[in-house]
Amino acid sequence: MREVSATGPKGRVLIAKPGLDGHDRGAKVIARALRDAGYEVIYTGIRQTPEMIAEAALQEDVDAIGLSILSGAHMTLFPRIMDALHQRGLEDVVVWAGGIIPDEDIPRLRVLGLQAVFRPGSPTGETIAFLEQALGRRGVRAG
Amino acid sequence: MSSAIAEAVRGGDRRALARLMSLVEQGTAEGRAALRQLFPHTGRAHVVGVTGPPGSGKSTLVKALALAYRAQGKTVGIVAVDPTSPFSGGALLGDRIRMQELHADPGVFVRSMATRGSMGGLARSTIEVVHLLDAFGKEVVFVETVGVGQDEVDIARAADTTLVVGVPGLGDDVQALKAGVLEIADVFVINKADRENANQLAAELTMLLSLSEPRAWQVPIVQTVATEGRGIDQLVEAIARHRAYLEQSGHWRVRRADQARRQVVAIVEDRLKEQLERLLAQEGWVSRFDQVAERTQDPYAVAEAVVARLLARG
Repeated sequence: MREVSATGPKGRVLIAKPGLDGHDRGAKVIARALRDAGYEVIYTGIRQTPEMIAEAALQEDVDAIGLSILSGAHMTLFPRIMDALHQRGLEDVVVWAGGIIPDEDIPRLRVLGLQAVFRPGSPTGETIAFLEQALGRRGVRAG
Repeated sequence: MSSAIAEAVRGGDRRALARLMSLVEQGTAEGRAALRQLFPHTGRAHVVGVTGPPGSGKSTLVKALALAYRAQGKTVGIVAVDPTSPFSGGALLGDRIRMQELHADPGVFVRSMATRGSMGGLARSTIEVVHLLDAFGKEVVFVETVGVGQDEVDIARAADTTLVVGVPGLGDDVQALKAGVLEIADVFVINKADRENANQLAAELTMLLSLSEPRAWQVPIVQTVATEGRGIDQLVEAIARHRAYLEQSGHWRVRRADQARRQVVAIVEDRLKEQLERLLAQEGWVSRFDQVAERTQDPYAVAEAVVARLLARG
């Protein structure tokens, strides 16, 4: 067992579920996997508005935000979330998404600033590897 | 030396406040410098600790209390502590789930903290984060501890008023609230009081509390149903009465002086520990530990040598 205090967490990550669907299994699986990979995960639960997500990201000073969405409303909600983040000066936070998102939407989400999109059934290891890389590029501040 | 981030916090910049909390949590020199600059602006907030076993409804209770204080026009800070996994160093911080109603109100600031290896129900830098909220101008600061049972009583040394939360029907009712935790209560809250046995728990607690030394402050027992906001007005009133008692009796100053002493000691311990780790990382000590393992030296002699070196370094 390594000593926690000596190294600190790898970063602080917000896992949020925007929109109205109540299926939070995927979000919980990712939250646990990231905890087990050494991250401090702030989990906010279902039915989050863009304002709630941005405000939690600000107050918790997170390095990254994972958005879980299964409702199909991502093309409406994600631009509003990115707006709310920008209004608060949080442009440097890594944002990614997981859930049911059709191929044709992905290029537009990338333009919005989402750095990755994971589909249902993708192994949690992929998300962890992505995050490690993205935060490494950014120069993680928490620690 | 002037800290830009400290100025920004005093100027009401919420992002700077959040960022500075991280710096303080990481124990950086920048964070320490900012804390020093902000310290004269602390000491005004009423710090209310909320502790109790897992599942007793602490987060929901804090949310209900925050709403009540906001209705009085008071600004509110919340620090919610959850445990760090000793295996991965990660943590799952879920207290915001119950605090969603507060998000749109700029008069409330919520911060989640992981214990990062610290015992006692709080994180190492929880008190500093409370000071930051205090310097930011929050009038009431709630500190929600990890779900504790028996001897995680650090909160009583960090808070002005400590609420201990119990619920009816946790097996042997008083079992989960033994010795230490019962003794630190300034106000006892029976949450989920719509359950069976709430009155029985209240009666048992009254009996137990009556067995302890008679004190000037009689610990009130308040029954609440936090999910419905029931009993919250009575709880707010009990907290206000406790504060008035502290001020009138002079205990406010006594507690604050005690907190100050503890904080200084904690800082000294941190610094000494840093020095110790640096010293032991140097060559030469490993072979001394091996000698202890082989029983050719005893641990006390080696410890004496370590202390002598630490003191010699000044």
